[in-house]
Amino acid sequence: MSDLTTRDSASTPDHGHGDVPADDLARPLYRGPGGLPAADVPHRPRRSDIDPKAARRVERQVAALFLVSMLMVVLFVAAYVAIDPQAEIYIPLFGEVGFQNFALGLTFGLGVFCIGAGAIQWAKKLMPDVEVVQERHSLASTPHEDVEAAEQYERGKEESGFAQYKIIRRTLIAALALFPIPLVVLLRDLWTPKNGSFGPSPVELLSETAWTTDMPIVTDGTYVKLRPEDIPVGGLVSALPENIMEIQEEEHNLNARGKAAIILVRMEPDEIRAQQGDGWDYQGILAYSKICTHVGCPIALYEHRTHHLLCPCHQSTFDLADAGNVVFGPAARRMPQLPIGVDEEGFLVAKAPFAEPVGPSFWERG
Amino acid sequence: MSTTEKVGGKVATYVDDRVGSNRFLGRNLKKVFPDHWSFMLGEIALYSFIIVLLTGVFLTLFYKPSMVEVVYNGSYVPLKGIYMSEAYASTLDISFDVRGGLLIRQMHHWAALLFIAAMAVHMFRVFFTGAFRKPREFNWVIGIGLITLGLGAGFSGYSLPDDLLSGTGLQIARGIVQAIPVVGTWGAFLLFDGQFPGTEFISRLYGVHILLIPGLILALVTVHLMMVWTQKHTQFPGEGRTNDNVVGYPLMPIYMAKAGGFFFVVFGVTALIGGLVTINPIWIFGPYTPDQVGAGSQPDWYIGWLDGALRIFPNIEMVIFGYTISWNIFIPAVIVPGIVFTVAALYPFLEAWVTGDKRDHNLLDRPRNAPTRTGIGVMAITFYLLLFIGGGNDIIAITFDLSINSIIWFLRIAVIVLPPIAFLVTRRICIGLQRKDREKLLHGYESGRILRLPHGEFIEVHEPLTPKERAVLESAIESYRAPLPAPEKVDANGVKNKRYRIDVIRYKLSRWFYADDIVPPSRAEIEAGQAHVSHDAALEAPLHEHDVKDTVMVPFHGGILHTEGEPATNREQLEERGGTLQ
Repeated sequence: MSDLTTRDSASTPDHGHGDVPADDLARPLYRGPGGLPAADVPHRPRRSDIDPKAARRVERQVAALFLVSMLMVVLFVAAYVAIDPQAEIYIPLFGEVGFQNFALGLTFGLGVFCIGAGAIQWAKKLMPDVEVVQERHSLASTPHEDVEAAEQYERGKEESGFAQYKIIRRTLIAALALFPIPLVVLLRDLWTPKNGSFGPSPVELLSETAWTTDMPIVTDGTYVKLRPEDIPVGGLVSALPENIMEIQEEEHNLNARGKAAIILVRMEPDEIRAQQGDGWDYQGILAYSKICTHVGCPIALYEHRTHHLLCPCHQSTFDLADAGNVVFGPAARRMPQLPIGVDEEGFLVAKAPFAEPVGPSFWERG
Repeated sequence: MSTTEKVGGKVATYVDDRVGSNRFLGRNLKKVFPDHWSFMLGEIALYSFIIVLLTGVFLTLFYKPSMVEVVYNGSYVPLKGIYMSEAYASTLDISFDVRGGLLIRQMHHWAALLFIAAMAVHMFRVFFTGAFRKPREFNWVIGIGLITLGLGAGFSGYSLPDDLLSGTGLQIARGIVQAIPVVGTWGAFLLFDGQFPGTEFISRLYGVHILLIPGLILALVTVHLMMVWTQKHTQFPGEGRTNDNVVGYPLMPIYMAKAGGFFFVVFGVTALIGGLVTINPIWIFGPYTPDQVGAGSQPDWYIGWLDGALRIFPNIEMVIFGYTISWNIFIPAVIVPGIVFTVAALYPFLEAWVTGDKRDHNLLDRPRNAPTRTGIGVMAITFYLLLFIGGGNDIIAITFDLSINSIIWFLRIAVIVLPPIAFLVTRRICIGLQRKDREKLLHGYESGRILRLPHGEFIEVHEPLTPKERAVLESAIESYRAPLPAPEKVDANGVKNKRYRIDVIRYKLSRWFYADDIVPPSRAEIEAGQAHVSHDAALEAPLHEHDVKDTVMVPFHGGILHTEGEPATNREQLEERGGTLQ
């Protein structure tokens, strides 16, 4: 080492393994790396310890790994500059992959890996592999230090008068207990008032959807009005209220979509065993909320022979021929049904809004 | 001395004059760390966290945490002209228009998965070896905190791209918040600034993901490592290793090279995986909309067990006084993980109380030498795995053509029945292994060779243990602890024991913990047993021709003298030369 030891060797702390005393010349032989005492365990020398040729071979290996790393950095820059980002390449086992991403990952990965591999090979083959011993010392303070800490504390307590001034103590504790309140109150507007008012309560918002009486039903995606004959027996159509795109013009319509999404299924009228209201179907067409009553995933896995609707998230199963009741799975409540009919032009419409909140349960739902 | 070293020395002096760093370096550069492959698990966790930080900083330069709707106009043709949030559009840009962006994004995701996996396996290493015992209980608690934060970091990051899959995850999270009794509805409205999905949640989550959670992790990791440094690393039992020493290699140079090199290896492997293996191809899922979902939705692996709990829990919901309590969501998604993490964090204190063990433990337990603890660990793993299977029940049903209802019913029963069975079986296996160890310590190995003695007696030759095996097996003595004595209602002085009832519970638990353990033989018994075995072997000696070993003394640049051939201890090598080891 350099100045570390020569500068002021007198003040260098000696922990018993520092400089070797003159009368102890027999022992240095039994010191391992770090100048620490070697452990009393069997040790077998490595090839590189006893064969200078082997040691030189390792030296070359390590240097070669570092050289490969440098080469990879050059290749990385080349790949970044030269390869067309849109180009694809076929790699066996990996299939069709983006060429540039592949090349960048390969060169960067190998470049970094080789530095690590070189360092480890160096450590394992060329640095000493003799295990050494260090003593552990108890972490607990000495009794003297314990007493000193206790005394300091007592003195401080005495000097502050914490025990003496009862009223100060109590008011301080009370003040400290109250001081977090503003920090909590400040969180109220995490739900920010819009235009200075809070608008409807959470319960109202969770209970309403965009569906109103005589609202036409449109398909999801193409937003065209539906006629009964558009839905074949056994078929399923995802649908939304007609005004859904108008809501979009204000901001985005995802909040409304998340509540108003429905599915329409059609079965033979005599297959319907029960509904949530008399005549809520239209010629065997039933409309149910699409939002699972468990934790709110949209549902569209429909098995038309059993009339079962299966949630893809947690596998709650509902029987749409039996009023949307839960057949199996973690959901506790039936899927809400939307009463439907046709308007004078023969388009499917909602006859009334949902009679109950759609989607997951909440505390005030009742 | 090279010029660089001269400059380095001057810098060291300059810094030392101001902060006293040389005192620290002088003491700590030679700090000894023990070697074992399992000690690298924590290292992997640390390194993958650093990789996550580095790649994450790069991603923040391009990602826009905004739910404002935009029309996509980047290079990915199938989504051109489609409405989506800015968050999703910017993630697509990172994947297709920023050169190397996909590599960094995939490295970030892979390293995050690796981070949590490495933490989990590291935790089990610490658990099964009893490394959490005094004086390291605090570090265990910090570790549990780190895993919890890791899950939060993972989930919040998974939700940022705002693709269909991540949005579905958020929808489920909202459903869970809403199911919390009393405060759930308001909680959900506050978190999401109103209804789901709203327009604010992604930007809020972004702050949590890039500042709050990583900041906390960084702080806890720092304390975690400082504690490891101060308390010195535990070591496995072996020759020359005691509860009061550390046997291994010094930091400078060996661990600097090994651990530093290992960082580059982990980094390199992550980059290779990030370049070669696609993860979370968000462009396939499309932008999030709350009325669509893909079949076979799966969270990242570490959330799988919680999703599984949600899937298999029976559908119990209650309405009391007009208020709804969704036990079917609240219990599996809030109560179960709450209990799991609380019990995990408290385990060191529970075990210390039950066993009454107040000793310092720097020597690790072999898992078999703590049969009850090992049983508890395997029980926890079984519970976790069953829930994890539950999280993939749809995939399993499709892959193996099974009924999903049967899988769920199997899991509902198995999650209660199998963990205790796993506990009992593991414990018996451990006790069996302890018995075997005791046998070996007392009688050595059965060689399978039958020897006829001159007077006609037949014996089977037993071979003595090697010193290494013996040191490992003898650690059972250190690990063994007798159950607590039965408490007395009135002590010798006639004073009534006020804590009698608690003491009885503790006594019973302690018996449960320890009573079936095999008592290891004493050192004297082992000595006698091994001597007897050597005697056996000596009888056989005339039958063997000893190989003359080619013994060469080799000077070694570290100062140790090596003997080629059979490995010899330093003590033996020294004694051969007429010295003694101090």
